[in-house]
Amino acid sequence: MIRVQREDFDPGRELEALTAGNTRIGGVVSFVGVVRDFAGERPLDAMTLEHYPGMTEKQLGQIEREAMARWPLEACLIVHRFGRLSLGDRIVLVMVASSHRDAAFDACRFLVDWLKTKAPFWKFEEGPQGSRWVEAQASDDAAAARWAKR
Amino acid sequence: MKLLYFAWLKTKTGIAEEEITPPPGVTDVASLLAWLKGRGPGFAAALADLSAVRVAVNQDYARPGDKVRPGDEIALFPPVTGGRA
Repeated sequence: MIRVQREDFDPGRELEALTAGNTRIGGVVSFVGVVRDFAGERPLDAMTLEHYPGMTEKQLGQIEREAMARWPLEACLIVHRFGRLSLGDRIVLVMVASSHRDAAFDACRFLVDWLKTKAPFWKFEEGPQGSRWVEAQASDDAAAARWAKR
Repeated sequence: MKLLYFAWLKTKTGIAEEEITPPPGVTDVASLLAWLKGRGPGFAAALADLSAVRVAVNQDYARPGDKVRPGDEIALFPPVTGGRA
């Protein structure tokens, strides 16, 4: 399931909703991305996430289908926020449920790595040294490339 | 053809969204970008370094040789920077 929203989310409630009624689930792995107070060498006060409505949902849906095809998952959820976010705010939630932990750990990591390179989000950072659009990092591509099919 | 601009491509061109009818020679992503470059200083600045520009056609990532057609939704944006955690 994919949700793109301005509002915050409650990881506990999302966990309950994801697992409700499915007793085949043996483990859930989740990743929560949070706004931290630095970006590289620069201190950070806040950031604004811009996205491409429509394409975001389409790309996240494709990534999710890919994960469901690669691992035996019982349930999957991606919630991504956009708009202005302050320090400590939650940005993204990836939650994966499976009968066994290996599939859940691997699929969660796969989803996080891929959404960072495929989902059309752009960060505008605000700090004491000014504001700027963030440039993409080669390390993000490298993290995603680990999952490329040989 | 609908064109969308995001992040600093929106800032530099001064446009978020526009409806355009390119000349007949514009048939793929590469020729579209070349034509856009000549539309004014904002476009020239935004498209000066094409290695920093990504293009989507109908919400899927596109390459320079991919076709563009009337009615398509074309988006221009920088490489995505969703996260670094």
